[in-house]
Amino acid sequence: MSAESQPLEQTSGSVKAKATVSTLARVGKYTGSRLITLFITVVIGVYLTILIANMGGYVDNIMRGEIREGIAMRLARDENYKNMAPEDRTAYVATLVSQEETRMGLDRPFAVRSVSFLVNALQLKLGRAINMTSDSGSRLVSLIILERLPATLLLMATSNLILFFAAILIALSLSRRYGSFVDKMVVGMSPTSSAPPWFYGIFMILIFAAFLKWLPFGGMIDSPPPAEGLPYALSVLKHMILPVSALILSSIFISIYNWRTFFLIYSSEDYVDMAKAKGLTDKDLERRYILRPTLPTIITSFGLLLIGIWTGAIITETVFQWPGIGRATFRAIGLYDTPVIVGLTIIYAYMLAITVFLLDFIYALVDPRVKVGGSK
Amino acid sequence: MKSFLNNLRELRRYPSSIAALFIIAGLFAVAAYAIIKYPYSEAVRLWRGGEEVWYQNPRNAPPLWTNWFSEIKKPVSFVLSSEREDDSQKTTFVNEKGNNEAQIVYTFDYNYDEFPQEIIFYFAGNFVDKQPFASIMWTTPDGREIRVADMGVAAKTTYRFSQDTKLERRVGRIPVMQGLFLDPEFGTEKPVVLKGTYKVVVDVLTFEPESSASAELVLHGSLHGWAGTDHQRRDLMVPLLWGTPIALAFGLAASVVTGVLTMIIAAIGVWYAGWVDELIQRITEINLVLPFLSILIMVGTFYSRSIWTILGVTILLSIFTGAIKGYRAIFMQVKESTYIEAARAYGASNTRIIFLYLIPRIIPLLIPGLVSAIPAYVFLEASLAVLGLGDPVLPTWGKVINDAQNNNALYNGFYYWILEPAVPLMITGLGFAMLGFSLDRIFNPRLRGL
Repeated sequence: MSAESQPLEQTSGSVKAKATVSTLARVGKYTGSRLITLFITVVIGVYLTILIANMGGYVDNIMRGEIREGIAMRLARDENYKNMAPEDRTAYVATLVSQEETRMGLDRPFAVRSVSFLVNALQLKLGRAINMTSDSGSRLVSLIILERLPATLLLMATSNLILFFAAILIALSLSRRYGSFVDKMVVGMSPTSSAPPWFYGIFMILIFAAFLKWLPFGGMIDSPPPAEGLPYALSVLKHMILPVSALILSSIFISIYNWRTFFLIYSSEDYVDMAKAKGLTDKDLERRYILRPTLPTIITSFGLLLIGIWTGAIITETVFQWPGIGRATFRAIGLYDTPVIVGLTIIYAYMLAITVFLLDFIYALVDPRVKVGGSK
Repeated sequence: MKSFLNNLRELRRYPSSIAALFIIAGLFAVAAYAIIKYPYSEAVRLWRGGEEVWYQNPRNAPPLWTNWFSEIKKPVSFVLSSEREDDSQKTTFVNEKGNNEAQIVYTFDYNYDEFPQEIIFYFAGNFVDKQPFASIMWTTPDGREIRVADMGVAAKTTYRFSQDTKLERRVGRIPVMQGLFLDPEFGTEKPVVLKGTYKVVVDVLTFEPESSASAELVLHGSLHGWAGTDHQRRDLMVPLLWGTPIALAFGLAASVVTGVLTMIIAAIGVWYAGWVDELIQRITEINLVLPFLSILIMVGTFYSRSIWTILGVTILLSIFTGAIKGYRAIFMQVKESTYIEAARAYGASNTRIIFLYLIPRIIPLLIPGLVSAIPAYVFLEASLAVLGLGDPVLPTWGKVINDAQNNNALYNGFYYWILEPAVPLMITGLGFAMLGFSLDRIFNPRLRGL
């Protein structure tokens, strides 16, 4: 992404046309090669995740053991099989076990299975979960994920969007009021952001749920759930307050500090001083001379934020019993449910790749110094 | 090097960094104290120990300092042993029948507003054929005497006051603890504790020349020690102290190893350029796709929860991150410097240039990053523990929080259980983060004065 200077004025029409063609070719070539690299990255990343989710055959052994134990236990408890001869029973257990192993795909070697996992995942055919079911009883991975998605989107979008815009706006105003009391306070508070959201979460639960008893300990809705409509929304809102505040509180100060420092570096540029000398208002200064050149950075972090919204927060959701993607991930791992783990990973990987890809073009749109495919 | 030291001296200009240095020094002192007080094997034994180690402690007892903030003074647990001279007076004599008799007198002040949970005697008898015989007498501050029990003492005998129905009848058919500590002026409707000095006398008769018996008086109050106890009667002081060296070791090791390896790899990539550089860049991009926390959870769930495995995986996944790109940009500049050119001209080897000329140049830039990264790793270890993936053997802060969560500590009002490990976590995080911030401002010229 090196900033190349635009070619000097080209007045002749034919030169202009040639330039357009060469631009198109350059953009096309760049788009192609970029897409291929990103795709290969996604493929390798997802395949690695599949390998890790298998732990070199270790997980297969655990699953085989669990199948055998489960079936043996079931037969031992079942009255109907009480009088079965021992050798018949052993044979019957063996057939049941092999059936179950076929269902889970354990009869095929891992190398074959991993490739079929990968190919299906890349086509977004997420398949069926091994042990997990959605709340409606379906084993389809896509349904399991879709069921959890609204909860995570609600929680993460609310907190991250508030966090993002609040941090930028406050930082912008602080960068104009550099050295004031509020500015110093924010700088002083920023080390508190070293603690993760769940850490603030348990403090918030302690104060507002356990001690003051104002807000619920966790979950997403009262039990039993109130009627649809306003009471329902209010109940969800009540449950959201604590996790959202924990997510915001854990990074608001560091975000403000980072943006403020970033804006300060840009506002010490000569052209800003120049504009100030010309007597422009603060608002114009901020909008045209500070926000404009920092736009690529702001957009990048917004893009990454959008991905972050999707993946949820594993531990915060666990601490607050929030029924979102993060908790589903944790449960899927606990149940050795490779299809769900792979499904979650592939969606994340695709979203990341698409965002990274789009950002290149957005940079070129917002920053005239950047040319798509211009870097050597 | 000189400018480096000068930079460090600048730390004095930032009050927060002085505070941070004090915090960090304090943490190291606590860590050293923990290791000296409970050697590793002892800490593990205590942490994994069950009833046989912790029988003297009540369950879920808050620490004794909670009394300072409360109007109602709750009883603090204690143990009085016949074998320690400070706890009891033991007099031995030969009685009129010619048997050896030992009289053990325990005295204790009981100035609390609530009744204790339980009093237990643990006897250990030493005999060949004939068991020693013990009788327990209870004397209240106002001089009333209550006969508690008489019993033979086997090799190990436990006597629980509250479970003795005869004693319950003797104290007036009310719970034994109320009966023994009751202030008679107030009656049994709203029982009030009689404050003052209580005396318990145990007479031990032995019938063999070599025979003896020891007796431990254990009072389970509602509070225990300076740190309180958890649901398994374990003294929380052990994990609180031992959490410090573990957190420091994990944070420092992860941060230093990751930082140094990242820097070396970035330097190698920049120096050799070409496919090496390209490979490093691609690995970094692939690593970006890998779900970091999910992989750690998978390793913890499927493979091993040992802190060293987790540390290794953490380091492996943290090397190829955005930081490598940052270092790469700086090395690119350094690579063009004239002194590198000079080194190349006199024929310095590649390794020599990388390790002696490239890397030392940016060590000052590395240090703030290293220090600032420590809290993240300390909290990462705690986070995994909170998910139930903490090291199964080691007592850590995160595991205490995990235990507390699993036992609904907040719902049940055991706030100390969460707060005690959370506060040192916060302090550790703050200490390193504050120092990192100051170092960043000193070493990063762009931030100077901002």
